[in-house]
Amino acid sequence: MGQFGIGQPLRRLEDPRLLVGGGRYADDARIEGQFWGVFLRSPHAHADILAMDLAAARAAPGVKAIFTAADLDAAGMPDMACEVELKSLAGEAMARPQRPILARGKTRFVGECVALVVADTQAHARDAAELIAVDYAPRPAVAGAQAALRPDAPRVWDELTSNLPVHWENGPVGPVDAAMAGAAHRVRLRIVNDRLVPAPMEPKGALAAWDKAASKLTLWAPTQGGRRIQATIAKRFLGLEQEQVRVISQDVGGGFGMRGQTYPEYVALGFAARALDGAVKWRADRTETFVSDYHGRDQVNEAEMGLDAQGRIVALKIHTVLNLGAYMAENGPRLPMEGGGRIIPCCYHAPHFYFSVKPVFTNTVSTDTYRGAGRPEANFLMERLMDKAAAACGLPRDEIRRRNFIAQFPYKTPLGYSIDSGDFAAGLDQALRMADWAQFETRRAEAKRRGKLRGIGVAAFIEAAGGRAPVEDMRLQAAPDGSVTIFSGSHSHGQGHATVFAQLAHEFLGVAPERVTLVQGDTDVTPKGSIGTFGSRSSMMGGGGLKAAAEKIVAKGKRIAAALMQSEAEQVSFAQGVFRAGASEVSFAAVAAAAHDPAKLPEGMAPGLDESHLFQREAENFPNGCHVCEVEIDPETGTTEILRYVAVDDCGIVLNPLIVHGQVHGGVAQGVGQATIEKVVYDEEAQLVSASFMDYGMPRASGVPYIEAGFNAVPCKTNPLGVKGAGEAGACGAPPAYVGAVADALRDFGADHIDMPLTPEKVWRAIHGKG
Amino acid sequence: MKSKVTLTVNGKERSAEVEPRTLLAELLRDHLGLTGTHVGCDTTQCGCCVVHVDGKAVKSCTMLAVQAAGKQVTTIEGLAKPDGTLHPMQEAFREHHGLQCGFCTPGMVMMAVDIARRRPGADEKTVREELEGNLCRCTGYQGIVEAILSVVNPGAVKDHHHA
Repeated sequence: MGQFGIGQPLRRLEDPRLLVGGGRYADDARIEGQFWGVFLRSPHAHADILAMDLAAARAAPGVKAIFTAADLDAAGMPDMACEVELKSLAGEAMARPQRPILARGKTRFVGECVALVVADTQAHARDAAELIAVDYAPRPAVAGAQAALRPDAPRVWDELTSNLPVHWENGPVGPVDAAMAGAAHRVRLRIVNDRLVPAPMEPKGALAAWDKAASKLTLWAPTQGGRRIQATIAKRFLGLEQEQVRVISQDVGGGFGMRGQTYPEYVALGFAARALDGAVKWRADRTETFVSDYHGRDQVNEAEMGLDAQGRIVALKIHTVLNLGAYMAENGPRLPMEGGGRIIPCCYHAPHFYFSVKPVFTNTVSTDTYRGAGRPEANFLMERLMDKAAAACGLPRDEIRRRNFIAQFPYKTPLGYSIDSGDFAAGLDQALRMADWAQFETRRAEAKRRGKLRGIGVAAFIEAAGGRAPVEDMRLQAAPDGSVTIFSGSHSHGQGHATVFAQLAHEFLGVAPERVTLVQGDTDVTPKGSIGTFGSRSSMMGGGGLKAAAEKIVAKGKRIAAALMQSEAEQVSFAQGVFRAGASEVSFAAVAAAAHDPAKLPEGMAPGLDESHLFQREAENFPNGCHVCEVEIDPETGTTEILRYVAVDDCGIVLNPLIVHGQVHGGVAQGVGQATIEKVVYDEEAQLVSASFMDYGMPRASGVPYIEAGFNAVPCKTNPLGVKGAGEAGACGAPPAYVGAVADALRDFGADHIDMPLTPEKVWRAIHGKG
Repeated sequence: MKSKVTLTVNGKERSAEVEPRTLLAELLRDHLGLTGTHVGCDTTQCGCCVVHVDGKAVKSCTMLAVQAAGKQVTTIEGLAKPDGTLHPMQEAFREHHGLQCGFCTPGMVMMAVDIARRRPGADEKTVREELEGNLCRCTGYQGIVEAILSVVNPGAVKDHHHA
């Protein structure tokens, strides 16, 4: 509506506060008299803990307490559990060994928490931690998932007979093999999707404070909503009612999927705060953040695609090996199937499909959800296969995609999900047009005259958003002056909810956006049925809840307005902030004031204009798009420059194009980062070598292109706002678009695929035949 | 073994008793309560902690508090006018969606002001190179680059489709 409602590029309402240093992040919380916690972490990837001598540390200046697994065990503290259930085709259930909060007798990765030291200052706690004498007996360790599958590999879990907790398959391979055998063309690829660190800019940290009088724990931590963390810490670990734990995450410096989880540090700090009847603060540095935040990706995929003579897919086989890390994180083992498998085979129809997933334990940090969570991996695999299939079938890369696009909706995917809508061909055409694909060969020839190798890549992709938790609770409260407060469990850690939800409130209630306040990130005041933000769900779930709560406000408002106008509620209409009945009208603000004035309320009506709605989704939604990337390579050095980047997205109805474009830009930057420089490196002894911003390749401004973004909006049919998620699309499109462009530039050198990251060295080797 | 440091922060004289190892970032955040300056790493890579010392951009995690004695320090809290009017660079970041989670923002804005001072008329490539010491994980830098260009070289701004 107007210049502020749905579809308008309203500038963000949260910005003035954040721009003057008014953000409230986890480390900004402090309590008078707080203690400081420091975690002693394992320097070994795999070792038995034979003994721990705490005497010197306990006697060190300022030390209040030292906690180890023995203390937690004495208190009956359970271990961390992964709730994912998977079965093999034969029906064997996945083994799910649990993670101790603090290492018990053994450490399984570098960085595992061994002890928590609490002292009066951080410096004293650090000094004392260094005085703890741990007698480690190192064992052989394994970092790579494929290495961990070898029969002679070190076993991460003594309790298991191998590092493979389950071999999951979607069905028997036989029929797919039969279809594959009849294919006119067959292409194979082995693709390493390397391990990444989500690396939000805010390092890890938390403050846990126990209030003895209220018997309540307050935890300030960077979460993506906190409701599930509240429940887990209260019920599972501290034996409390859910309301006896309060999680506060007012501002959070980036999430990207890895901040929705209950990390062991939070539990240990909460335990310590209660044990000491005080507050314990923990501030991780960046290296500690690298080992305490879950990592992302880390898959090896071997795939085969069969096509008929016309270039149509007849069969697809994918073998995925997933590196779980030493411990199963909350979502870890489900990512290839529920994360990626929801959309495989992505934008295309494949009549026969076999999918095998082997999640594997290794002596590394756990992997879990990171921007896209399985979908970037799936799309990357499919797009690399399509490029290779195009060459095999003698078809242009755009044409083979057109021939295989899903075009009839709803479309049921092989794993049983239903895609409601999309127009993949239109998105492809739009992206090719924006990128001037048709004239590319002219540009290639011009570059060649300059001694440069020019290439162009195209990647179509599909996403799935708003999956898993099917409900979200929203509450709207109008004050007597007509201003509105939104209590939201959907949580912005950069996505701009304070702006977008205000736009929705404006759309539905007519209230000016600057008179709308968002309250988030405090489990004491956000709605009980709220869950948080993950999987690009907030536009559909939070937005859907907000719309329904606003409708309840309008319905009650009509009854109040009717009383004010001496009319009947059925006669009252509401539009653009004004209630009307015949020639009479009253403003939303007047109705809000009356709602708080018992004298003006209809008889028997409860005062206030305060409504909640527990939104239940009908289905998840399927954002999609097409990206085109054009690169130029200097064959002398292997350096690659991105000359043009076009991103066309279908995220359904666009609530705020400024913010959606920002999401696309950020996702593309993370995808380009993966494609060009990002890679977690473990050495042969499973030591984490890339554990700082000095060592890990974070994309910088000079390595990210200007992105030309466009929309190919096809409204979603299964939610009230017609929205599709926007947060993860960029990370799906960028890796295949970029790698496809480089492979195209190198087409004369026989390099049809190079594994990410495409460093200058790898590109140079491909050109000069030194691979 | 603490020593007293006196310096001018955002136009006001401030003093604190600090240990010799205390960093300027810690002085600002922990002793003076100016939590707008953020610490995102410990290797001088991310730039979340950039402040101005005697008018020049400095990573406050890489300067000892005692080294700032007697100097003029401006933090993100001191950039807007006392009446709350945002600095033109702060306005530009808002106009061009140069921030999402906001964590890198204070350092990014302080660096941007420094870039504008040193490199008037800079083109896009120059601005991107000048941002080498500032990491952002949310925006893909596009809104940040456009915001800085809108101040130093308005003709180079491309994102007119949001107008």
